[in-house]
Amino acid sequence: MKEQLMEIQKNGLQSIEASDDLKSLDAIRVQFLGKKGELTQVLRQMGKLPKEERPIIGEVANQVREALTQAIEERKVNLKQLALEKQLLEEQVDVTIDGVQKKVGHHHPLMQVKEELEALFSRMGYDVVEGPEIETVHNNFDALNAPESHPSRDMSDTFYINPELLLRTQTSPVQIRAMKNMEPPIRMVTAGRTFRFDDVDDTHSPMFHQMECLVVGEGVTMANLIDSIETFVHELFGNDIETRFRPHHFPFTEPSAEVDVSCLKCRGEGCEACHYTGWSMELLGCGMVHPKVLENCGIDSEKYTGFAFGMGVDRVTMVKYGIPNIRLLFENDMRFIEQF
Amino acid sequence: MLVSIEWLSEYVEIEQSSKIISDRLTMSGSHADSIEKYGNKCTGIVVGKILSIEAHPDADKLVVTKVDVGREEPLQIVTGAKNIAEGDVIPLATVGAVLPGNFKIKKGKLRGQVSEGMMCSLEEMGFGDSVIPKEAKEGIFIMDGTYTLGEDIRVALKLNDDVIDFEITNNRPDCLSMIGMARETAATFSTSILVPVAESKQCDGDIHEYLKDVTIEATDLCKRYMARVVKEVKIEPSPIWMQIRLMKAGVRPINNVVDVTNYVMLETGQPLHAFDVEKVGGKEIRVRRARKDETLMTLDGVERKLEENALVIADQTKPIALAGIMGGGNSEISETTTTILIESANFDGKTVRLGAKALGMRTEASNRFEKDLDVEMASYACHRACFLLEELKAGVVVNGVVDAYPVAYQAGTVSMRLNRAAALLGVSIPLVEQLDSLERLGFDATCKGDHIEVQVPSHRGDIKIEADVIEEVGRIYGFHNIESAPLRMEVREGRYSKARIREDHAKEIMRGLGYNEIMTYSFISEKIYDQLRIPKSSPKRQLIRLLNPLGEDFSIMRTTLLGNMMKVVSRNMNHGVKEMAAFELGNVFIPKSIPVTELPTEKMLMVIAEVGEKADFFSFKGSVESLLAGLNVSKVEYEPETADPSFHPGQCARILIDGQEVGRMGQIHPIVAENFDLDQAVFAAELDLQAFHTLAVDKKTYQPLPKYPAITRDLALLVPVALPSKSLEKAMKESGGKLVEATKLFDVYMGAQVPEGWKSLAYSISYRATDRTLTDDEIGKVQNKILQRLEKDFEAKLR
Repeated sequence: MKEQLMEIQKNGLQSIEASDDLKSLDAIRVQFLGKKGELTQVLRQMGKLPKEERPIIGEVANQVREALTQAIEERKVNLKQLALEKQLLEEQVDVTIDGVQKKVGHHHPLMQVKEELEALFSRMGYDVVEGPEIETVHNNFDALNAPESHPSRDMSDTFYINPELLLRTQTSPVQIRAMKNMEPPIRMVTAGRTFRFDDVDDTHSPMFHQMECLVVGEGVTMANLIDSIETFVHELFGNDIETRFRPHHFPFTEPSAEVDVSCLKCRGEGCEACHYTGWSMELLGCGMVHPKVLENCGIDSEKYTGFAFGMGVDRVTMVKYGIPNIRLLFENDMRFIEQF
Repeated sequence: MLVSIEWLSEYVEIEQSSKIISDRLTMSGSHADSIEKYGNKCTGIVVGKILSIEAHPDADKLVVTKVDVGREEPLQIVTGAKNIAEGDVIPLATVGAVLPGNFKIKKGKLRGQVSEGMMCSLEEMGFGDSVIPKEAKEGIFIMDGTYTLGEDIRVALKLNDDVIDFEITNNRPDCLSMIGMARETAATFSTSILVPVAESKQCDGDIHEYLKDVTIEATDLCKRYMARVVKEVKIEPSPIWMQIRLMKAGVRPINNVVDVTNYVMLETGQPLHAFDVEKVGGKEIRVRRARKDETLMTLDGVERKLEENALVIADQTKPIALAGIMGGGNSEISETTTTILIESANFDGKTVRLGAKALGMRTEASNRFEKDLDVEMASYACHRACFLLEELKAGVVVNGVVDAYPVAYQAGTVSMRLNRAAALLGVSIPLVEQLDSLERLGFDATCKGDHIEVQVPSHRGDIKIEADVIEEVGRIYGFHNIESAPLRMEVREGRYSKARIREDHAKEIMRGLGYNEIMTYSFISEKIYDQLRIPKSSPKRQLIRLLNPLGEDFSIMRTTLLGNMMKVVSRNMNHGVKEMAAFELGNVFIPKSIPVTELPTEKMLMVIAEVGEKADFFSFKGSVESLLAGLNVSKVEYEPETADPSFHPGQCARILIDGQEVGRMGQIHPIVAENFDLDQAVFAAELDLQAFHTLAVDKKTYQPLPKYPAITRDLALLVPVALPSKSLEKAMKESGGKLVEATKLFDVYMGAQVPEGWKSLAYSISYRATDRTLTDDEIGKVQNKILQRLEKDFEAKLR
């Protein structure tokens, strides 16, 4: 009987070794170890053995069962590993092939720049405010100290709805609204659509965008203005960009200045784009708020001083992205917008 | 303002290079745009004198000349020039000379005759076509006067000169003059100005023999009118030095009288005009408004009908000039003129500006007048012109002036507190420096304890208040020399309005859904409304019109964003873009009344559109739903809209929140699409973002997660075709009560086995209780109840 058992073990181990998938392995388990399996059938004959032989044979039988069980388990692990390897091999793909993209929408570049500027100033403590596109002549010109005969008021410069209402030519009327509605200290930034009577060409559009900041408080100086603009320019264009304050004239500020920044292309070295001056000209206009403008808004110009500065968002966008023609901003060609 | 350094140094002590002058003046307020270096334009041109001219043996159109250039032997020059004569002094480009355009002169032969150089025209010396005198355009430049033969032309004609082009701001018309720029230079470099002589030496006769009186009738438009007379005038070219200076300043020389008036204008900023006195009727000048139906033939030969508010210079009977803009042909100086009247006047800026604009002719003179000039300068300029005419021996100055000057200039006083200057600029400038800057700029400045009192000179009409004076001391000190100092204010982040935050959020969601942002004009064409088939009676046709649009295409303020979006879609399709998804966030303008009397309402809308193979009603609606869900807008309902002419009648929904319409969505009507040259299906929505500010739910509260499982049951129904699915779902929820957690339509079928006029809808209903696991029995009862309700209300049949 012992020989029988050893034979079973030998055959079993051979079959296990030869099995090549989990299914056939399980069949082998049933064949040898199942209720009707070969081992069980041999053990059924144990009753016929002499009493003293039974424990010996029983032990052998257990050893055989254990050997087969262990071999099956081992083979199972082995086969699983092989199956996995095969599966992984089959599932291999060419990872250099393009993915199936989920389409994500794009910012309009000008809006992106506008929002970046607003966010930048908001982090510096400026409230982000907005004003209407249709404005009163009072807010757009009178309150901003524009001389009554100033050419910018002409119908050949400004779009009018009627003699009292117009399309704002600048974002400065938002300053007037803010100063009338808020108590100093005021820190605000506003950006939006502005309109001037210009035919469309490479650099002009009857609708364009401005952004400007206003600060009003006690003890606000030109030195503060210079610092604020320097900080902003460094934030926007990088710390290596320098600023240059040139005296200028605006009706609503006194003193007034224009600010040049280092040419963004050559970063001040001098190149064709900046006519070898190293400067990007007239990027910003700025100045100390004219006392009359403060008074026009009911702010005591003796107690409070303030500064304002502004720039063309279209211009900054074009400089930033190297866009050669302002028309591109308003044509809304998807092939253009999807570049940003 | 073109400023020749050689000319400038006649009025101010300055030795610095043009580069330094331009840099420093830029930083003190006169922005230098560019520098023109005449000295670099040509080399090797010398003064030569034509000794002889002989015919060329082998060419009819050429001559062989001998030119003395101060060397032992004269040079032989072959030329085709016609305006030369023996004895003429001319600029000669010798062998090795380099002319503009890098044109090099070599020794050569012309039809067999040796030529050792080339006689030059003004153009070949670097002058632009627009400033070269008409008679000198075609030929060699003949140099009148005494010169050293062989001398470099740049020395002989003072061409070793740089001309800086300064950008002058509107408030500083005084800087549109050499004297004004000299003053700026003096203040910037702490040096002194030298004002040239203006007193004529020998006068004769009496002005009243020629001009009885000047009357200013339009006193509101003319502050001063001064006249002097010069007799025995000989009209001829002005001297070369004057012509050269005029050309460098961008002015074309004409003749001695006109050149002197222009020269003095460039010197002083005061435009002058010369009349032929004999043509001034009644020996009388009147400055008045034009009368009805008056006309004037101007110097350019055009007969002009005068506007009634135009300011004219008239004699006893008729206009003889348009004040500050252009003279009249009837008083023009001609070669036979012997006595001239020099006008030096001060006209109203706005009148001149609008007048010049109406005629489409801005001149050097009108450009100055329109900025409101220094009323005192009129007198100096008038005398200076007479002095120069005398110097040029162009005539004899007549004694006396007629000066109509009703209200004499009174110097205003502005005081500047020393501490205020420091407080505004953020820097303390030494007192002596402040006083010095002001004095050099022409102010009479005195320190009186804690403030400086400033007498404002007549040329500085722009200085009115303390801040103006502070700017003067600040800019001469240099803004770039002010040390920056951080703002001292509360540290906090700036705020955005709630509306703005929602707008930004909406944009972010749309981009996340794959839509590109576009941006279009706020003004549109009224034709767009016809293209969109918006009926004439629609409130959207209550339009705000521009008084002065750039054209019909930009003539009204939009009340819908849909039109521009359609145009953008159309343009993209034309450019070969196959599919696109885009949105715009922008204002529409709703008048409170027509005609518009007050500021309109500006409302923020969002327009969305999608075109392409994958676009269909439900995928597009899904985007709209995602947007609203993302914005926390709940209780949204979509009702069929069959009568909006812009949309497909069978694929359009009104979007309602809490029963309030906030927008529409659907497929654009095929006719509308065709109106925009589109033949594919366009899906679009227009939403009132502002309405969301009140309707959206901003507050979220935690809901406990379910403890017991949900159980789903499917329900397939036959219902009439026209029945909206949402009404069935609504009824399911109502009759199912709180056990119905959700209903979802998963199949719509029409066709075989479904009777005509019916459709099959299949729903899955999800049941859940918060406190127990539902049994089949419980669910069965509820589902039955639902079915009964649907059968009763909608004739629905279980499939």
